[in-house]
Amino acid sequence: MGRRSLASFAALAVVVIALLAQAPAAGQTAGTAAKGSPAAKAWTAPHTADGKPDLQGIWVDNTLTPFERPKGLGSKEFYTDQELAELTKRVREARPGERIEGAELGAANPQEVRYDLEVYGFDRTKLRYTSRRTSLVVGPEGVVPPMLPQARERNAAAAAKNKGHEFDGPENRSLSERCILLNQIRIPMTPAANEGNLLQIVQGPGYVALLHEIDHSTRIIPTDGRPHVPQNIRLWQGDSVGHWEGDTLVVDTTNFTNLSNYRGSGENLHLVERFSRTADDTMTYQFTVEDPTTWAKPWSAEIPWTKTKGPVYEWACNEGNTMIATILRGARVEEEKKGK
Amino acid sequence: MRIRLGVSVIAGVVAAGLMLAATHSAAQAPVYRAPRTADGKPNLNGIWQALNTANWDLQGHAAAKGPAPLLGAVFAVPPGVGVVEGGEIPYLPAAAAKKKQNQANWATLDPEAKCYLPGVPRATYLPYPFQIVQSPQSILVAYEYAGAVRVINMGAPTKAPGDSWMGWSNGRWEGETLVVDVTSQLDNTWFDRAGDYHSDALHVVERYTPRSADTLTYEATIEDPKVFSRPWKISMPLYRRVEKDAKLLEYKCVEFAEELLYGSLRKKSSN
Repeated sequence: MGRRSLASFAALAVVVIALLAQAPAAGQTAGTAAKGSPAAKAWTAPHTADGKPDLQGIWVDNTLTPFERPKGLGSKEFYTDQELAELTKRVREARPGERIEGAELGAANPQEVRYDLEVYGFDRTKLRYTSRRTSLVVGPEGVVPPMLPQARERNAAAAAKNKGHEFDGPENRSLSERCILLNQIRIPMTPAANEGNLLQIVQGPGYVALLHEIDHSTRIIPTDGRPHVPQNIRLWQGDSVGHWEGDTLVVDTTNFTNLSNYRGSGENLHLVERFSRTADDTMTYQFTVEDPTTWAKPWSAEIPWTKTKGPVYEWACNEGNTMIATILRGARVEEEKKGK
Repeated sequence: MRIRLGVSVIAGVVAAGLMLAATHSAAQAPVYRAPRTADGKPNLNGIWQALNTANWDLQGHAAAKGPAPLLGAVFAVPPGVGVVEGGEIPYLPAAAAKKKQNQANWATLDPEAKCYLPGVPRATYLPYPFQIVQSPQSILVAYEYAGAVRVINMGAPTKAPGDSWMGWSNGRWEGETLVVDVTSQLDNTWFDRAGDYHSDALHVVERYTPRSADTLTYEATIEDPKVFSRPWKISMPLYRRVEKDAKLLEYKCVEFAEELLYGSLRKKSSN
């Protein structure tokens, strides 16, 4: 008796769940239909069940747009559609290893060691520009402001300290080699050489989680208006807090370490990132960095993100790090040879 | 007469027993109904942490001297009654011998000492908090230890693209309980500092059930025919980190493990 009533309870629950499951599906169908209709121009950003802008999904930031503007373009911020089409055509028809002004070929750029990138699914015909911008850095200059002399000195001193000790121990190797802070996961997030820089966003009440595929680097950003952690707590990826401005997520990050070093910055780096959906399958990621000990003025960049399919793979770096051991062992063998 | 009385007594006892059983199963049905998310599911969002000694040894254990005598009482092994249902882990004979070997050498063999990703279920009861970020399609679980993370797929179950340290998680709701099926874990992770281990045939089914506003019941059924003679189960409460502005901080332990991993390859200062 008790069993049977439990069983029918379960059956009822299944029905209820099935009905619930249909509700959002019906909503999605309606949304798709609206997209095809003339009213589609009034695109509104999707929202989560609790009413916040919905940034969720798996995103990629691959683009041919170079980080800084090519010198010859002066203050030209945008290409015309025709210029862009011509550039894209040149890229796709380029000889392997050919450099093209105005196109960031990433891993396909000429380099000392050539890898057969097609083995890894690299497809030149899929390379594309994601906006008409001539550079990801915005503004009339389109380049990162020159580094201040004090920053140059600071970075030179750090490099000099390590000179002659590069192979002494793991601490003398780069943070990237040591799997502590990979170059590709330093924030702000910038395209990683067309390698497939996947970012998965999952939202829960009061939080936005950003999972970067590379080294499973995850930032969980509270949006409840809390302050930063105390200044004495320094973190490789800094401390991020966020808030919503209309349909835009604004994330403020401070508390970096003095080694976090984004393009030569110091521990006073202050990063503001803005995430805004622009269509069903696109998002604009903007950032502004300021560090008065590194650059004379703040500067900003804008990078379009495109929705893509997963899965996001597990990237385990330390677990498979044979590089540090091999480099140090090689150095010890060399020393032994010299000693004999 | 006597016999009949006996029968009716027995019948009465059986009936009472059934009633008790019915009451008992009713009591097992969720007495606590968790607050809901906007899409009507039990709300598991939050920062959680185990408060036990399971990471030292899943089975019951007395306090013991730690591996670093120089640290005195700071790194001694704290005692615990254990979290394994029935008390014993049902190792196959050969596997039991390997566990003993692991245990004898754990300070250098334990993947935790090397800051390797911990796998499931160990990630849950490491002595660090973890955070659940729950959406209808995906539940992201981020662990403070080593920045480990996994995303539980709440849609139609999908197949792992390959084996990994944290495995492949497909989840579903069973009433108040989040049930997560975890497959495709590499054989490199352990269950605890006592050398308890598994093979690549590991299959874990986790159950997260809210038991009060600030506690969950965590259960994991562990199946691995290459190592264990039968499936076995662990169970423990998880506690919400209720302090204001609780937050996972970075615990990138790689640099703390470098002496263990590469110390022997350092340049000798006498050179």
